[in-house]
Amino acid sequence: MSATPVRIFVPVDAAALSVGAEAVAQAVAREAIARGLSVEIVRNGSRGMLWLEPMVEVETAEGRIAYGPVAAKDVAALFEAGFTSGGAHALRLGKTEELDWMKRQQRLTFERVGIIDPLSIADYRAHGGFKGLEKALALTGGEIVEAVKASGLRGRGGAGFPTGIKWKTVHDAKAEQKYIVCNADEGDSGTFADRMLFEGDPYLVIEGMTIAAIAVGATRGYIYLRSEYPHAHRTLLRTILKAEAAGMIGASVMGSQHAFHLEVRLGAGAYICGEETSLLESLEGKRAIVRAKPPLPALQGLFGKPTVVNNVLSFAAVPWIMDHGAQAYADYGMGRSRGTLPIQLGGNVKRGGLIELAFGITLREIIEDMGGGTLSGRPIRAVQVGGPLGAYLTAEQLDVQMDYEALAAMRAMLGHGGIVVFDDSVDMAKQARFAFEFCAKESCGKCTPCRIGATRGVETMDRIIAGAEVPKNIAVLRDLSKLMTDASLCAMGGLTPMPVLSALNHFPEDFDRPPLPLAAE
Amino acid sequence: MAAYPAWDQDSARMIVAGLAHLEGATLPILHALQDEFGYVDPQAVPLIAEVLNLSRAEVHGAISFYHDFKTTPQPRRTIKLCRAEACQALGCETVVDELSRTHGIAVDSHHAGDAAVETVYCLGNCALGPSALVDGELIGRVDAARIAGLCQHGRAQ
Ligand SMILES: Cc1cc2nc3c(=O)[nH]c(=O)nc-3n(C[C@H](O)[C@H](O)[C@H](O)COP(=O)(O)O)c2cc1C
Ligand code: SF4
Ligand code: FES
Repeated sequence: MSATPVRIFVPVDAAALSVGAEAVAQAVAREAIARGLSVEIVRNGSRGMLWLEPMVEVETAEGRIAYGPVAAKDVAALFEAGFTSGGAHALRLGKTEELDWMKRQQRLTFERVGIIDPLSIADYRAHGGFKGLEKALALTGGEIVEAVKASGLRGRGGAGFPTGIKWKTVHDAKAEQKYIVCNADEGDSGTFADRMLFEGDPYLVIEGMTIAAIAVGATRGYIYLRSEYPHAHRTLLRTILKAEAAGMIGASVMGSQHAFHLEVRLGAGAYICGEETSLLESLEGKRAIVRAKPPLPALQGLFGKPTVVNNVLSFAAVPWIMDHGAQAYADYGMGRSRGTLPIQLGGNVKRGGLIELAFGITLREIIEDMGGGTLSGRPIRAVQVGGPLGAYLTAEQLDVQMDYEALAAMRAMLGHGGIVVFDDSVDMAKQARFAFEFCAKESCGKCTPCRIGATRGVETMDRIIAGAEVPKNIAVLRDLSKLMTDASLCAMGGLTPMPVLSALNHFPEDFDRPPLPLAAE
Repeated sequence: MAAYPAWDQDSARMIVAGLAHLEGATLPILHALQDEFGYVDPQAVPLIAEVLNLSRAEVHGAISFYHDFKTTPQPRRTIKLCRAEACQALGCETVVDELSRTHGIAVDSHHAGDAAVETVYCLGNCALGPSALVDGELIGRVDAARIAGLCQHGRAQ
């Protein structure tokens, strides 16, 4: 008599939880029991429509039907409306796959996120998981490296360095021990793609790292995860154990002669640990002081051994490339930016979330069409792209395409693909001050232009904000910025002038201040 | 909510010994000590140095480098409030002002009794900010009243 249970999806993604998904899942369970209905509640990742979270989906004969945003108090009414068979209700959004936001995307890396049970290896396999790894196991390391090169994949962590070339260097290096390190520090404001992947499809990252290990001949790997992500941490600890138990990693990767031992390590609240050499120092247990390059980590990385350091999204792109072929991946994108980019839209925006698309969509299409403009309803004034070291753009500049070179041409950067929207209440002089303040707090301290320069920058901005000798202090600001750009060892000090100068150049009116009545200093 | 036991050198020693075999064991050890006691007591320094064959200066240097590691006992509840750009765009600085003006809670000053609010930069919830992390759980669209309530809650228990 027991019918097959209805599958109901309630996300376990941290962002969904942050607006009440746990209470919704409990309410669904309670209500189903009270009504004697047989349901299976799947805790999936988020589809990325974060403004609709908690978004509950129900599996029906015609596909998955979405409802959202659902509060726990709505659940009884949803059952009343027959939502377990897709019934009509004010919160009914329609078929998930046919929602505008979903239809516009080209999801390769995020193809399973929100669809599967992230902890289930069976679900992962049923949705195409392991195919890339199986194909890689039939190839030599050199052939895998060639495929990654041919795909045109560039590192998604910020600098956009070709992943295949990095792997080739490690592949060609001779050493008794090599390492794979996944940079999951994701410290940039406005970025959350790495987190969503860990919470929504963690085996994909493990699969990508394992392919890298086979390609270059590494037997140990580390995922360096920032401590600000406790949910992702819990998921990763569980999935690594399950991946080992299933023979995906460990002494023998899927029955082959390759061994790959994987561990997750937690950072400790330092932004600079996202810089790859600083991350390696941290993994070695030291203060995370940036190393001079060369030597490249590819040749002398973790514990002095050849090491692949890649971003989460770079590793996660590889299984798709191995499965569908390098050319299929390269067919997406524009110019020298091939494949797809997971874009993260946040800040003061109506519909924020994650969008995966081939390179080339414009910022305006993302923010206005997909994002629906500002949440406050006020005009957009500034948009920061590429994290705290990225430039601020004006509302007039939004027709730029999302592409490494196109953004660089306007003195901006793509970074990890984070977009932060500000309305017209923003004070750009304060944002410039914050950029220095952040650098002063998070600098590793190794070099003077960054360590001292950032502090001087805060002081100078304070004087400008107080209206004290503004032209003179703006000259100081430009000088300081030039020095930091030219003489810093890494991009922390070297790029901090990017948000500062873009704010100054595009929004000079915010810097042109009358003296305060009680002029400080 | 965590109610931490007082620092105990013997159990600290066991924790250190249990993790010493890891490659680059320092951070895992510091995290484990902090998870257990809520902070890393200076007494841990010689212990770690000896087991990992490091100088005390190296261990102390690591502890002091990272924002996460605390060297004094912590309030029972710590609320980490995001003050990075995306949350700024959504008014987190207004939350900070209101906390101090209306609720008498100064962010990043550790004198708020059994609860403290501290700054972090980005919790990966940038589309649903302002965001805060409370006892390991993420909260979106947070305002000053909610945070003040969570502080009270921290004291009551
Ligand atoms: C200050 C600073 C912070 C960085 N933060 C990150 C980060 O959080 N995640 C990341 O993958 N790369 C970050 N990077 C870039 C890394 O140094 C490195 O280029 C990257 O991990 C390489 O991987 P990819 O080639 O896959 O992009 C940062 C760089 C700098 C200078
Ligand atoms: S620029 Fe700043 S963060 Fe980078 S090495 Fe120098 S001091 Fe360290
Ligand atoms: S900027 Fe606050 S959560 Fe990302």
